Amino acid sequence: MATAEEVAKAAERRDVRDRWLLSAPALLVIFLAATGPLLIVLVYSFLTPGSYGDVKWQFSPEAWIAVFLERDIFDDTLSIAAAHVTIFLRSIKLSVVTTIATLVLGFPTAYFMATRSEKTRDLWLFLITIPFWTNLLIRTFAVLQIIRNEGIINTMLLKLGIISAPIQILYTDTAILIGMAYVYLPLMVLPIYASMEKLDFRLVEAGYDLYATRFQVLRRIIFPMVKPGVIAGSILVFIPALGAYVTPSVLGGGKNMMLSNLIELQFGQGRNWPLGSALSIAVMIIVMVALLAYVRNAGKSGVRHG
Amino acid sequence: MNWKTTATAMGLALLASTGLARADGVLNIYNWGNYTSPDVIKKFEAKYNVKVTITDYDSNDTALAKVRQGGTGFDIAVPSQTYVPIWIKEGLVLETDPGKMENFKNVAPEWANPDFDPGRKYSVPWALGTVGVVVNTDAYKGPADSWGIIFNTPDELKGKVNVVPEMNDVIFAAIKYVGGQQCTDDKAVLKKVRDTLVAAKPNWIAMEYNTIEKMGAGDFKATSDWNGSALRQRLANPAIHYNYPKEGYGLWSDNVVVLKEAKNVDNAKLFQNFIMDPENAAGLSAFHRYANAITGSDKYMPADMKDAPEVVIPAAAKPQGEFQKMCAPEIQDIYTKIWTELQK
Repeated sequence: MATAEEVAKAAERRDVRDRWLLSAPALLVIFLAATGPLLIVLVYSFLTPGSYGDVKWQFSPEAWIAVFLERDIFDDTLSIAAAHVTIFLRSIKLSVVTTIATLVLGFPTAYFMATRSEKTRDLWLFLITIPFWTNLLIRTFAVLQIIRNEGIINTMLLKLGIISAPIQILYTDTAILIGMAYVYLPLMVLPIYASMEKLDFRLVEAGYDLYATRFQVLRRIIFPMVKPGVIAGSILVFIPALGAYVTPSVLGGGKNMMLSNLIELQFGQGRNWPLGSALSIAVMIIVMVALLAYVRNAGKSGVRHG
Repeated sequence: MNWKTTATAMGLALLASTGLARADGVLNIYNWGNYTSPDVIKKFEAKYNVKVTITDYDSNDTALAKVRQGGTGFDIAVPSQTYVPIWIKEGLVLETDPGKMENFKNVAPEWANPDFDPGRKYSVPWALGTVGVVVNTDAYKGPADSWGIIFNTPDELKGKVNVVPEMNDVIFAAIKYVGGQQCTDDKAVLKKVRDTLVAAKPNWIAMEYNTIEKMGAGDFKATSDWNGSALRQRLANPAIHYNYPKEGYGLWSDNVVVLKEAKNVDNAKLFQNFIMDPENAAGLSAFHRYANAITGSDKYMPADMKDAPEVVIPAAAKPQGEFQKMCAPEIQDIYTKIWTELQK
């Protein structure tokens, strides 16, 4: 029966080959669109900066050293790149606070939506997605128009006599936070809503029947069941928040750099493309480590629900 | 905008390669945004039966990087004088010899033989300007002809000052303020520059380009700025004044060059010649609100620019003006470090 075995093996081989061939277009796209450009960034991070932008094809680890260490301009001593650390920490802090803010606002919103009747739910969902129809830049400028010194909030408070001078919100960290929370809120609401919609509210009723308090029901029943949604939402908000460029520039006034501004500086006026590339890769590594840690931790505690 | 640029470039490259476009009927201009007078372009198109396309860029570095990659399909670009020597050195521009063109006789003598392009072998002046201090006199009535408004902000303006985040301009100003020379490598001066900048920043409200709108709306009461921008602000609000800092201020000029990879060289040369005509130069100025280097253009200038203090530098302030240069890469590197420290 050796022949039958051979036939089977040949068929299997053909099968494998077909599968590779069929997936080739997809793999090619993934390589060209995702991996390829990233490889260029990686290669650039190990080259020497050209005199006025661009790179010279000469290996140099300088860019990577410059990410972490800086040579003092004035006394030539090497030390930790304090400016970079400050900027990294500011970006991370802002992203974490944005994630928490959107969670605090988004969770009740999703709960509210999920507990409406089936018909009205669709309407709420529709309303949540409306901001996505407009460009991010325009939404950010809309926020600017509301919070600026001669904007809607300040004008109203002044006219009502509640304040005597406009409150400076624009160009503060608060302004950036308001803008980011507004822009990224739907990204938090939608995944939480998706898992909340599947939640069997009879379990909640059962909880109440067994004399659980409202808080206990939230903590022991609702939260564990929608946890995957919360995790997905947090990831969806945290990552773009870390790389946010438009919102901090427009609302923060560009006085304090975010990671994205620091990277942009290297490709623009700083003319140090390798350093810009190395910083970009460093950010990706941070995001990856943060994600792994987060997903692991989240997976360990609590029961998984689908 | 990048998408648009890429798409335009690709479209143009396609057109050029398939020969669909008649080579003598097209001109592709690559210029700063909101800088090219549509009226003057229309006139050029009508006169030479040429279809002009304009693509925007937002900084010298963007333009340089893109043209250096090649295959842009552009015929003309408008780099600042600090960048012109780099464009020449890198072999990106064509030696069109504007110094021998018919209309060159109109170029003011002080602009006919600049350091950045000796003998005007490559470039034609497009616009001239200065970098100074703009103050809203409703908020501050004291003397404002000093970088001290920015670097040692008076109490009335604290928390209301903006700085246009053009790294080279800001560091140039700070060096002048502490009494140094531009592109200096004197560590003592640079240290003073850094300390001055870092100490000044808490008094600033923002570092933004969008000054015309923000000065108008009152978000800023003072800002470092370009003179043409200041003129637009004053026309909207007469209380806004432009000042020439006594410590020294930067002069700049943008210049039209023809790219080496240009497909429509003849039209590009026609354009270089065309804008040296006094009436056309005035037309360009009327739109971008900066001065030009063409003698005889005065009589075609719009009335609100003829003796505007932003455009016509007062005699008393003239000696303090200094052409900004491109510093050596090592010095540029120090600038970037100071800048990062300032904005961290």
